[in-house]
Amino acid sequence: MFEILTKEMLTPAICRMKVKAPRLAAAAQPGEFLIVRADEKGERIPLTISDYNRAEGSVTIVTQRIGASSSDIIALEVGDCFADVVGPLGNPSEFVSMSEDELKKQRYILIAGGVGTAPVYPQAKWLKEHGVPVDVIIGAKTKDLLIYVDEMRGVCDNLFVCTDDGSEGFKGMGTNMLEHVVSEGHKYTQAVIIGPMIMMKFTTLTCRKLGIPAIVSLNTLMVDGTGMCGACRVSVGGKTRFACVEGPEFDGYEVDFDEAMRRQGQYKAEEAQTNEKHVCKIGRGK
Amino acid sequence: MANRIPRVAVREQDAKVRATNFEEVCYGYNREEAMLEASRCLHCKNPRCVGACPVGIQIPEFIAKVCEGDIEGAAGIIARDSSLPAVCGRVCPQETQCEGSCVLGVKGEPVAIGKLERFVADETLGKASAECAPANGIKVAVVGSGPAGLACASDLAKWGYDVTIFEALHKAGGVLEYGIPEFRLPKDKVLKHEIEEVRRLSVKIETDVIIGKTVTIDSLMDKEGFKAVFVGSGAGLPKFMGIPGENLCGVFSANEFLTRNNLMKAWREDYLTPIHAGKKVCVVGGGNVAMDAARTALRLGAEVHIVYRRTEAELPARKEEVHHAIEEGIIFDMLTNPVEVIGDEKGWVRALKCIRMELGEPDESGRRSPVPIAGSEFEIETETVIMALGTSPNPLISKTTKGLEVTRRGCLVADENGATTRPGVFAGGDAVTGAATVILAMGAGRTAAKAIDEYIKSL
Ligand SMILES: Cc1cc2nc3c(=O)[nH]c(=O)nc-3n(C[C@H](O)[C@H](O)[C@H](O)COP(=O)(O)OP(=O)(O)OC[C@H]3O[C@@H](n4cnc5c(N)ncnc54)[C@H](O)[C@@H]3O)c2cc1C
Ligand SMILES: Cc1cc2nc3c(=O)[nH]c(=O)nc-3n(C[C@H](O)[C@H](O)[C@H](O)COP(=O)(O)OP(=O)(O)OC[C@H]3O[C@@H](n4cnc5c(N)ncnc54)[C@H](O)[C@@H]3O)c2cc1C
Ligand code: SF4
Ligand code: SF4
Ligand code: FES
Repeated sequence: MFEILTKEMLTPAICRMKVKAPRLAAAAQPGEFLIVRADEKGERIPLTISDYNRAEGSVTIVTQRIGASSSDIIALEVGDCFADVVGPLGNPSEFVSMSEDELKKQRYILIAGGVGTAPVYPQAKWLKEHGVPVDVIIGAKTKDLLIYVDEMRGVCDNLFVCTDDGSEGFKGMGTNMLEHVVSEGHKYTQAVIIGPMIMMKFTTLTCRKLGIPAIVSLNTLMVDGTGMCGACRVSVGGKTRFACVEGPEFDGYEVDFDEAMRRQGQYKAEEAQTNEKHVCKIGRGK
Repeated sequence: MANRIPRVAVREQDAKVRATNFEEVCYGYNREEAMLEASRCLHCKNPRCVGACPVGIQIPEFIAKVCEGDIEGAAGIIARDSSLPAVCGRVCPQETQCEGSCVLGVKGEPVAIGKLERFVADETLGKASAECAPANGIKVAVVGSGPAGLACASDLAKWGYDVTIFEALHKAGGVLEYGIPEFRLPKDKVLKHEIEEVRRLSVKIETDVIIGKTVTIDSLMDKEGFKAVFVGSGAGLPKFMGIPGENLCGVFSANEFLTRNNLMKAWREDYLTPIHAGKKVCVVGGGNVAMDAARTALRLGAEVHIVYRRTEAELPARKEEVHHAIEEGIIFDMLTNPVEVIGDEKGWVRALKCIRMELGEPDESGRRSPVPIAGSEFEIETETVIMALGTSPNPLISKTTKGLEVTRRGCLVADENGATTRPGVFAGGDAVTGAATVILAMGAGRTAAKAIDEYIKSL
């Protein structure tokens, strides 16, 4: 089960894989995620469902190398199998359950940062397929870290690309790009922001300034993904919510990003140790 | 005469040594010890012990076989009523069940029924070969692979049904796998065999399937041809206190802490799972879950305090676990209740602010309820706080299944046979009762299996 059907490196640190998971593919919706374990001794790693193909029984995941577990995922090759793939988890994006009338009134701007571009893709695709106007901003540090540019062009009305260093597209961050786009007269009823926690925090602030409601997709720490452990707790509007079962998407205006960022780094000391050991172990084997 | 022999003590790992490893605390009886202990039983005509065992194991009968040295015979007698004796012999709260009612306990020490059951089960582990009726090709689905699900699936498989267990996690066993630690219930030595035995009955176990998300009960019944479904999804949702500071870094639910350590083996060097205990840990609560979290943190190298709002007499944990915890050096802060978690400038726990309690008037349940002593707040410096306050059933299934009623506390509504409000769907264990015990969950699974058999025959 869970065989890797295709694999490609989108950048030296970001990898796209198509994985066989028929039950999951049959149930997946935009906005949901899954959890994988590379092997028997691996961690349970949450990843967004970047695409799904019900006929083929496959799901697509895009993984960025961060620490030991994401490196183990990326080290797998076509024909290898994941020990586990489970999902779909979380709730589908809000628009999936909107009526046609409601959808007609919407103009979406999807703002993606770094590897967050991959989860934006199925959302843009869904909106486009349902005739909802949708623009997309993709931001990355530099040209080589941009992903999904061509694919995205096919599923949105306007694509705006920006890089921090100006090596491709607009020079600046997603926040600057958004202000620029709005100043040119584009109007939006809803923003969806997916990227690193810090990027979501500041982009939400910009949205608030511009008066655009903002939805963010929180990549908290997770263990089970079913509401059983509480590792994914976030404060939203002063209330504790479990990101895995009540999210991962929340109203950005209400999220306590500073707490969320601190909580995300909770195992930093332990991870640093693991990564060191892991590198040693890998080194020894070769 | 027989009862003049004192209860045979069971050999255990030295407290100082075991506080630094995850190997099993209790070694159990050997054959001689078991036969000697068995000889203490009076074989009462109206054995009170049997009535106090939730599944009615024929205790004097199996003990008589142990006396004769016929261990397989004893196993056969236990197997009539229990499908997880190696587990229950280890984790049942015997002092309030079988042993609590043994006549020998009136004047002296009760027969060590649990330890004898464990001995018989361990001796015969993996050897039992239950006979199955010929396959009838009728499909039944079981949700959850905890004691309720495993017991229900085994019985149905023995009667010829084609049973598939769907489990949300990547490993089967429920709380036995993710909650109860290795040092109380060894996974490879004991649990693995119990689950293998279920597989040997041709039960299929599909892990990584979350009913309500990956596939719904409706679709199992309407599209995949399952004639009946048993829901044994447990009570996995952790409670928090709702006090300020609970989302600080370093505050964990016991579920997270135990799952990282047990299911995901954080205690082992060769697994990648991170876990955080730190130098000092406060565990809030007084049940089995609190004891397990505390003793796990201790083994990871921390100084551990149990913070509990009543007194030792009210601790709901098994007596043996409390005793073991004290021996190992866990510090009990009784009549103490947290009111706030206090953080440092980096957002990590620095201290647990508590208030002293005193026992007031007895409430409806007869227990004296704790009341705070005004102005008695104080701080316990600590790095980590683990909340072990109890759990409730996960709403994933009730929310996604048509016609399933739940109580106000989120438990599935089921009659005494396990039938829910939806025809063809049965339920049992913690999902129905709220957090309870392994033996009750196992019993409920078997009761429901009978009801499912009757239901299908009536179709
Ligand atoms: C709902 C959800 C969807 C996600 N979707 C994707 C996706 O589509 N693609 C993808 O590449 N990643 C995604 N992530 C993040 C991914 O799970 C983490 O990058 C991964 O767990 C890191 O594991 P690691 O062992 O490689 O790094 P670790 O060794 O665990 O961590 C290294 C460092 O990264 C930090 N870190 C840990 N988890 C995260 C996190 N969630 N986000 C940012 N930093 C983190 C740690 O604090 C640590 O300092 C998602 C997370 C969630 C919760
Ligand atoms: C730490 C701890 C220590 C304990 N110690 C003791 C003890 O010493 N003695 C004792 O008698 N009892 C003890 N208990 C209680 C006992 O373990 C439980 O009462 C018992 O396990 C309940 O069994 P169950 O089969 O109903 O549920 P569980 O054991 O909880 O199993 C339910 C299973 O269903 C799965 N599941 C849930 N939802 C879904 C879904 N939607 N789809 C698929 N699968 C799903 C879960 O992942 C889980 O594997 C303890 C509990 C804990 C947490
Ligand atoms: S199952 Fe539990 S209560 Fe029953 S005899 Fe065994 S240990 Fe005692
Ligand atoms: S009550 Fe005690 S002495 Fe009597 S049969 Fe049961 S175990 Fe034996
Ligand atoms: S990940 Fe465990 S409760 Fe959300």
